[in-house]
Amino acid sequence: MPQGPLIYRQRLITRITHWVWAICLFFLLLTGLQIFNAHPTLNIGAETGFEYDNAILEIGAVEDGDTLKGVTRIFGTTFDTTGFLGVSDGQARAFPAALTIPSNQSLATGRVIHFFFAWGLVIALTVWLVASALNGHLRQLIPTLADLRGLPRDIADHARLRFHHTPKYNVLQKLAYASVLFVALPLMIATGLTMSPGFNAAAPWLLDVFGGRQTARTIHFLIMVGLVGFFAVHMLMILAAGPINEIRSIITGWYRTDRTAVGDTKEGSDV
Amino acid sequence: MFNRRKLLLGGAAFALSGCKLLDGANQSDSTLRAMFASAENLTRISQRAANHNALAPEFTAADIRQGQRPNGSTDPDGAEYLDLAAAGFANYRLRITGLVDNPLDLSYAQIKALPARSQITRHDCVEGWSCIAKWTGVPLSTLLNSARPKLTARYALFHCYDAIERSLSGEVFYYESIDLIDAYHPQTILAYGLNDAALPVANGAPLRLRVERQLGYKMAKYVHTIELADSFAPFGGGKGSYWADRGYEWYAGI
Repeated sequence: MPQGPLIYRQRLITRITHWVWAICLFFLLLTGLQIFNAHPTLNIGAETGFEYDNAILEIGAVEDGDTLKGVTRIFGTTFDTTGFLGVSDGQARAFPAALTIPSNQSLATGRVIHFFFAWGLVIALTVWLVASALNGHLRQLIPTLADLRGLPRDIADHARLRFHHTPKYNVLQKLAYASVLFVALPLMIATGLTMSPGFNAAAPWLLDVFGGRQTARTIHFLIMVGLVGFFAVHMLMILAAGPINEIRSIITGWYRTDRTAVGDTKEGSDV
Repeated sequence: MFNRRKLLLGGAAFALSGCKLLDGANQSDSTLRAMFASAENLTRISQRAANHNALAPEFTAADIRQGQRPNGSTDPDGAEYLDLAAAGFANYRLRITGLVDNPLDLSYAQIKALPARSQITRHDCVEGWSCIAKWTGVPLSTLLNSARPKLTARYALFHCYDAIERSLSGEVFYYESIDLIDAYHPQTILAYGLNDAALPVANGAPLRLRVERQLGYKMAKYVHTIELADSFAPFGGGKGSYWADRGYEWYAGI
């Protein structure tokens, strides 16, 4: 545990928006899987191939004697995923009930909740972006040249679970947070809008950017997988770096730094 | 250490309960559902502001790589419909009623004699799939200009031949409604042709609606009457469409 002074690390607006989008992303994920279950296939192009094959992922159920077998086909290779994908609790459904909201199959309810939290995410991100541009938080997320030169060292430190509790983010943190906030979430919103026939009329160029509605749907799904991966690493890092201190900083703003970090102003410090 | 474990257990319990967390929102009359559904207005208003009268993207003949996938009702079996189908819809009539100054009662031949519009568009099902096809038909605006909706008219309702559900209380016929912004949109047509052939029964013969900036369920098939109304509350379950009565959004632009 760090023994240095407590510093006020996270502003109120950063903490509030963090928790708002954390809640939004939780519900967006589980309602998104519900929506996916209505048509558990990912295709490339403008349309879905029914008389030709443009699928890269298909989840389904096949009869195997008296039992149902869950099958997942990725790039033409089929896997038996009974119990998790395709068939769970003896029922044919792509993602299991434990991973969808609502737990029963209801595309209508899934959609209504999904779009509610999609608006929540858009509003929280916009508030965060404007506030962070004004209060200087944005700059704290963008890696400097010095940061990037220290990248190999930072990777080595993380690999050895040697964490530095400095007032500033380390370079891997900056890269991870910046790629989620400036790349993944905007792409999520843009690909979501690209699936909207109403928004297609307003901004048809988005279809060209993402290579058609079904490709946009596939990208939307793949970024979801990436965000789940980010979440897993985010949780592991919190546990490894000291969960009490880390969680306190995102709830109260106060963060205990290393004794050696006192007065340290160097970016991405490797003290 | 204890706290760390408690935290992990708490997190796991939260994740596991995630599935049932909002099951209450399945109830169409619940406050929870109403709260979530309020976002639909935000979506409709912002999309209307963003797309004004913009056209849905149109494609080229080379983009038609397969037949149009039928969905929902594909084979209406009401006696009146079967009689019409048996005669190749020669006796079919489309009625435009309700809040109009000049109610119309048009034969199939009269409809097909009107100036037609063809468009190659992408049909997006609420389930998530899409299919590109060429639709030919008469712009709804042509018919409305002739029927002259009254100033109080706000919605066009589409009454259909297909009984999509049979319950103890009788047959439930498919119906849909759109506002007059979509009704007068240049790509909103009543289609009788699909991919340069007569519209097949599975895709809504003799006449189906195309509303290209919304999802497939808005595009009523087997239409026999278009009714102009100031509110859709008196019809069906009161939500404006068969699927809206069953929890789907009335505005299906997303």
